[in-house]
Amino acid sequence: MKRTLMKRSFMAKLVVRVPYAWLVAFFLLPFLIVLKISLSQTAIAQPPYTPVFDLAAGWHGLVSFLAGLSLDNYAFLGSDPLYVLSYLKSLEIAALSTLILLVIGYPIAYAMTRTPRKAQAISVLLVILPFWTSFLIRIYAWMNILQHDGPLNRLLLVLDLVREPPVWLSTNTAVYIGIVYSYLPFMVLPLYATLEKLDEALLEAAADLGCPRWKAFWLVTVPLSAPGVIAGVLLCFIPAVGEFVIPDLLGGSRTSMIGQTIWTEFFANKDWPTASAVAVVLVCLLVTPIVVFQHQTMRGIERD
Amino acid sequence: MPALESNGALAKRDFAPWTDRTLQPLLRIEGVSKRFGAFTAVDRLSLDIYQGEFFALLGPSGCGKTTLLRLIAGFEQAGAGRIVLDGVDLAAVPPHRRPVNMMFQSYALFPHLSVAANVAFGLKQEGLPKAQIAERVADMLALVKLEDLGRRKPHELSGGQRQRVALARSLAKRPRVLLLDEPMAALDKKLRGETQFELMDLQRRLGLTFIIVTHDQSEAMTVADRIAVMDRGRLMQVAPPAEIYEQPNSRWVADFIGSVNLFEGRAGDDGTSVEGTALGRLRVATKIAAEPGAAVWVAVRPERLRVTAAAPAPDQTGLENGAAATLVDVAYLGGLTILRLRTEAGVPLQATIANTGRLADRAVSWGGKVWLSFPPEAAIVLTR
Repeated sequence: MKRTLMKRSFMAKLVVRVPYAWLVAFFLLPFLIVLKISLSQTAIAQPPYTPVFDLAAGWHGLVSFLAGLSLDNYAFLGSDPLYVLSYLKSLEIAALSTLILLVIGYPIAYAMTRTPRKAQAISVLLVILPFWTSFLIRIYAWMNILQHDGPLNRLLLVLDLVREPPVWLSTNTAVYIGIVYSYLPFMVLPLYATLEKLDEALLEAAADLGCPRWKAFWLVTVPLSAPGVIAGVLLCFIPAVGEFVIPDLLGGSRTSMIGQTIWTEFFANKDWPTASAVAVVLVCLLVTPIVVFQHQTMRGIERD
Repeated sequence: MPALESNGALAKRDFAPWTDRTLQPLLRIEGVSKRFGAFTAVDRLSLDIYQGEFFALLGPSGCGKTTLLRLIAGFEQAGAGRIVLDGVDLAAVPPHRRPVNMMFQSYALFPHLSVAANVAFGLKQEGLPKAQIAERVADMLALVKLEDLGRRKPHELSGGQRQRVALARSLAKRPRVLLLDEPMAALDKKLRGETQFELMDLQRRLGLTFIIVTHDQSEAMTVADRIAVMDRGRLMQVAPPAEIYEQPNSRWVADFIGSVNLFEGRAGDDGTSVEGTALGRLRVATKIAAEPGAAVWVAVRPERLRVTAAAPAPDQTGLENGAAATLVDVAYLGGLTILRLRTEAGVPLQATIANTGRLADRAVSWGGKVWLSFPPEAAIVLTR
């Protein structure tokens, strides 16, 4: 009896610990390694940084290893405006894209909840349908669409909306188009999930108390969809800040988002420590909104 | 055909505006129909409701009572007919402009707003000055005894408290008619009983017109001045509770409200007897409103059946209606006992006896032979 109980509690503990083990193995350890590299110095060696921790050197080795670590790379990030500008550019592009996503995604999600039940399942399917094609292929498709004699410009010329075909590729506009297109499902789905749960009786109650339909939308629907808005905003904003593929393929040389900066430091300059420092600062910047999100979710759970 | 409308003789209090031909009804429903696809929820229904009435719509689920309430609130559009409030046809008035308020079955409290903000919601839509809103909210919360909970959110309240907030919110705008959709369905039995009396008291004090939808007949009988019994989108009978119970106008109403023993027969030649029932010839106290020989039904409420150990000696008033029976089942409910009986001819019957004496003193026992009887006055004759 006691043995089976112990066995069961061991299994129960294991179930709880598996996700933690996963996080430790695939997030915490790599992060600590990156953190360590960010405190190191570049070296023309293999690996391309010092100090390298050597177990064989024993206690003395550990002391000299610790002495070799410094915050110089972080000081360097602050001193060179390139990095600060790159962070700001990333935040700007991510924030504006998220705003556009919200403005486009909210009406889509709202319209989805207003369609008959059967059609809703199909509309959800349509929203996630793009995932059936590789992300990279879809971005290449956009390169094709946006190129000088591509379908978009031909359409604009046929419709007589422009005289000269505008340049799309290698501009910030193309980056916005790419991000908004790629991230739209991540905005629509959480919004749809929240709006779909909204009790129709609340809107009737608002109408009953003298509130016209359009006003009830602002007084009831919008505040009650806040959890969906927060989830959608974070799901789009956080990955958009670190986006690399879209600005690299659609953006120009002037669009330097932080993902590209890290890539350049790492692969072009072979400066692993600086690249790591840039990455660590980015993680710290993004932890803030995640903590806010967690706080909101916990409040939501308490309410239910 | 028996009257659908009541004459007011059995009104609960000294209040029977529906008997006064000179009075204009507050709310007039004229031939209203509502269809959902092939389903007819409300079928050519007409009804007058008067100022100050506590009116109950009672019926089994799916009878159209909630649809009728939603038609009055404006959440549904009638396919035919008119709804007139204070002389104004409501057809063109959207829900947010109707001077009626609804208390929802789910309460529909705004979860993101505090109790006070919920109550203030309707007043803000009217654009009242802030001080006046605050004063009215305080009054309303005092009315439902929630003065101290104004700053709480709905999820921080108990079910009973939420119900009170919903009531306060729907009363805050002083509606011409308050619509209550199963307002006590989510409360436990004891709290429901208390709340029913509080609701009645509140309605009398405010002098407002309440229309309540319920499937609980004891609730309807407790609170209402008049009850409209509905079935399949139609009104079966509209009358005060006592009249509905004691003078049902059809077998359906007699059977729906409370329990009843029904005996089919033919109207006798003398006009005060029914021939050929399962209990033989039955004498009734009132003149039968049917031609001799027409099919009629005698309804007897279980508590009007007398259960005795032996047949009574014939007395001066002549033979009472009665039969020998066997006791099949006994359900002891505390205040009363339900007896299931079967006559010698095999007719199942139900009788209830009030447990006023001690258990040991009772004459009847399991499987025992008893004598059932009822006086002519206990017989209700139904012609449909």
